[in-house]
Amino acid sequence: MSEAILKVDNLKKYFPIKGGLLQKVVGHVKAVDGISFEVKPGSTFGLVGESGCGKTTVGRTLLRLHENNGGSVIFDNKDIFKLNSKELRNIRPEIQLIFQDPYSSLSPKMPVGEIIGEAVREHKLVPEAELRGYVMQVMRECGLQDHHIDRYPHEFSGGQRQRICIARAIALKPKVVVCDEPVSALDVSIQAQVINLLMDLQKDRNISYVFISHDLSVVEHISDEVGVMYLGNLVEKAPKTEIFKNPMHPYTKALFSAIPTPDPTVKMNRIVLQGDIPSPANPPSGCKFHTRCRECMEVCKTTAPQYKNHGNDHFVACHLYDKK
Amino acid sequence: MAKDINLEKVVTPGQLVRKRFLRNKLAIVGVFILLGMFLFSFVGPVFSPYGEYTMFYFTAEGEEFSSEDTKGYDPAGSGVTIANKQFPSRTHLLGTDKDGRDIFTRLMYGGRISLTIGFVVVFFQITLGVTLGGIAGYFGGKVDNLIMRLVDVIYCLPTLPIMLIISSLLIAYSIPQTQKIYWLTLVMGLMGWASVARLVRGQILSLREQEFMVATEATGIHPIKRIVKHLVPNVMPQLIVVATMGMGSVILTEAAYSYLGIGVPFPFASWGNMVNVVSDTIILREYIFMWLPPGLCILVTVLGFNFVGDGLRDAFDPKMKR
Amino acid sequence: MARKTAEQREAVKKMREIAKSNKAVMKKYETEKKRKNVPASEYQTTMKNPNNILEIDNLHTYFYTDMGIVRSVNGVNIEIPQGKTVALVGESGCGKSVTSLSIMKLVRGPSGQITNGEIRYNRPGGAIDIVKTPIKEMQTIRGNEISMIFQEPMTSLNPVFRIGAQIDEAIKLHRPDVKKDDVKKQTIKMLELVGIARAEGVYSCFPHELSGGMRQRVMIAMSLCCNPKMIIADEPTTALDVTIQAQVLELLRDLKDKIDASILLITHDLGVVAEMADYVVVMYAGRIVEQGTSHEVFLNPKHPYTIGLIKSKPVVNQVVDRLYSIPGSVPNPVHLPNHCYFKDRCDKADGRCNSGIPELRNIDDEHKVACHLYKEGNK
Repeated sequence: MSEAILKVDNLKKYFPIKGGLLQKVVGHVKAVDGISFEVKPGSTFGLVGESGCGKTTVGRTLLRLHENNGGSVIFDNKDIFKLNSKELRNIRPEIQLIFQDPYSSLSPKMPVGEIIGEAVREHKLVPEAELRGYVMQVMRECGLQDHHIDRYPHEFSGGQRQRICIARAIALKPKVVVCDEPVSALDVSIQAQVINLLMDLQKDRNISYVFISHDLSVVEHISDEVGVMYLGNLVEKAPKTEIFKNPMHPYTKALFSAIPTPDPTVKMNRIVLQGDIPSPANPPSGCKFHTRCRECMEVCKTTAPQYKNHGNDHFVACHLYDKK
Repeated sequence: MAKDINLEKVVTPGQLVRKRFLRNKLAIVGVFILLGMFLFSFVGPVFSPYGEYTMFYFTAEGEEFSSEDTKGYDPAGSGVTIANKQFPSRTHLLGTDKDGRDIFTRLMYGGRISLTIGFVVVFFQITLGVTLGGIAGYFGGKVDNLIMRLVDVIYCLPTLPIMLIISSLLIAYSIPQTQKIYWLTLVMGLMGWASVARLVRGQILSLREQEFMVATEATGIHPIKRIVKHLVPNVMPQLIVVATMGMGSVILTEAAYSYLGIGVPFPFASWGNMVNVVSDTIILREYIFMWLPPGLCILVTVLGFNFVGDGLRDAFDPKMKR
Repeated sequence: MARKTAEQREAVKKMREIAKSNKAVMKKYETEKKRKNVPASEYQTTMKNPNNILEIDNLHTYFYTDMGIVRSVNGVNIEIPQGKTVALVGESGCGKSVTSLSIMKLVRGPSGQITNGEIRYNRPGGAIDIVKTPIKEMQTIRGNEISMIFQEPMTSLNPVFRIGAQIDEAIKLHRPDVKKDDVKKQTIKMLELVGIARAEGVYSCFPHELSGGMRQRVMIAMSLCCNPKMIIADEPTTALDVTIQAQVLELLRDLKDKIDASILLITHDLGVVAEMADYVVVMYAGRIVEQGTSHEVFLNPKHPYTIGLIKSKPVVNQVVDRLYSIPGSVPNPVHLPNHCYFKDRCDKADGRCNSGIPELRNIDDEHKVACHLYKEGNK
């Protein structure tokens, strides 16, 4: 087993809520409240959760686009929150981000070649004379054609734009790529193309992915390990086959059962969760999920459950499994 | 039938903007008005037979001569009268004013001053506004707070009284009237950048949250490059619109000040101080040719700028029109 | 570079031509629309099958843009039987939303126009053709007999009015039979119907105080308050989270039995379709490529596009090494080819596929496919 390239330990990110006349801080939105995971070289960690659970914040905090409020992110044996701004800029190429919306993530006034090549030039990854050739080579690798290099983003379809985003990230020869819902804005037939592209690139270049998505079927397809987030916490984390075969946390179970299957003969045995996700500014006491949990016990309302290994690298935070 | 080309691939965004602009008839009218006004004010004087301050006189025999071409007569000689308040004629297309100057010629020179002031003031406003608004929007936090409070202060200052005070200060310290134009420009520039700064800040604040800006940060691009290469080009369309509309309002303000006698001082011509003659009730009633043309010039020019500005806004952002 | 400028000049010229011809066409349709006092006989019609609530026949909706004519809906035939759910599936830009807007006559003019076809609606007082119905008459149908649920529950509610006031207004407008004093009672009844527990509280809430799922429930309540005969649900769950989506789907299914209305469900999510729909219509580039009962289409898909769509979505607990993906992308809607639109992306294409656009053919009583690979009545 090789050493992890990215180690996230008890990462926390709180956003202050300002209120009153003087804009005093009156509280915090605990967007990420102590999560830990590791990503090994060439593997994919899938992060699943509903909107507002903090998964996008995790992605951005991993890149130190937000400052953290505790915990550490060790990338390649360096704690990225201890780097100064110059060191940070130098390490940026190695950990990249791919966005959900392929429309707002490309600068509309720049040709594609410049979008992809700008940062390569900035970091002097290839000599200036070879830049254009290098950009073309990366574009070809991502399924774009050479003549696209002088076109502008508005001339491309959503799927092609997402390829440009991927090319921009890949051109910097990253070791880790954080994919923030990279396919949820795309059509189904294009989704499959982009997922296949991501998996091919991983095989060729031994990249690690942190794959953030709300789409469980996509996460199952691409990930090696899956973490389920609820209100800023990981409630369950296990290798893919383990978690899909044997989901333990009641939230994970409900989430899995809610996925519609494209087969009319399958009668859904669905666990419909009652109510909505509580506000992260004012999370429930004890186990944050107890307000919607079907198997809620008295202890759940008062004490937060421990996040424990239940064998087979299967981590769960739930009181149901405490007795064993 | 042209050969089958994929329009979406060929047509650039610039072309689309141009096309939408050209379809707007009012905007085209505006362009022609402005073009006409520029030719009239900047090229016109070259062909004009008279100068800005040329005064006209009549000899006792009724022959007309001017201060530039005295034809051997002495303006201070006996029996010589000033050829003022003349009705429009062949030699004076719009007549002469109460000091015996040719109104048509002064209209051209007045336009030159009004338009130049407009340009300089707007340039000043935009430069200041973009710099300060850009800094406020990009860096945020305390800097933003400071600059925006400054903007609030500027908004509170009443421009008109300030102009009045400056005007009397200039007189008190006996600063030459010729310098008054520079003071006017300076004050109008300093008072007007606040709205530009607000606009730019707002734009940059929303652009900064766009994912492509996050991407430039994630790829480790230097902050200065991020502002110049990514933010500024995206604010350009709004700036062009604001600048065009601003021209109109600056010309209007200048005219108002000049009318009140605190703007462009009298020996110089400006549309505003040419309209000023209406304070004389006789002129108001009897000599319509003296104040209507400059008034119309102001109206038409400001309208032109507003038409073009509206057209540009709709062309840049077709959704606004809905 | 020189080639490019020549091309550009060509483009400018062509755009001018397009704009000119568009203007003429749009004017023609707009004057037609503005006609006053259209006699009722002009838009009365008869249903082909009296059991249908809506029959769309050869519908064409075009958008006259600067880039050329976009054939968004290009000859679509759909029948919606009384009390059944019909799902319209397809990817973005395939014309599914435009079809629904055409039914409501809400296509954005002057560039968007219904150029051909009939939409027969089985009104209680006698069937009418919606295409020819004047706007004034349509206003009594919209939101009243046919109502719509939109994708974005955030933007479809007015943020400055309380929830209760907005539903009250809809009831007052469309239900003259409800007495003034009973309006509030009716609103609360509607809110309870869509499973909102504290209906009284929600009645005096502003939209921003509710979560996405709650807002979608409110939207549904609003669309139900006039006892519609038909509901058009345009991507009702796309903006919602999985667990909330499950709640809303559950609700819609419950309601369908309670109110006996037909639903036209527009979505790109095949999973949602499989759960909800009785009939499925698959659209591609403005045309129907396959249509049939939900069972037939999912278990026995015929058109290569439908097959590809079903295969390209990973399914939980079915591990595949590599996802099947349909190569290429949707053809440009301005320059549609004159062979099967799917040919260039199809892995089963052969010589036959060059011979014209395939017609929709019956391969079974309940199953139609538009593909050259299948013959009439041939399984």
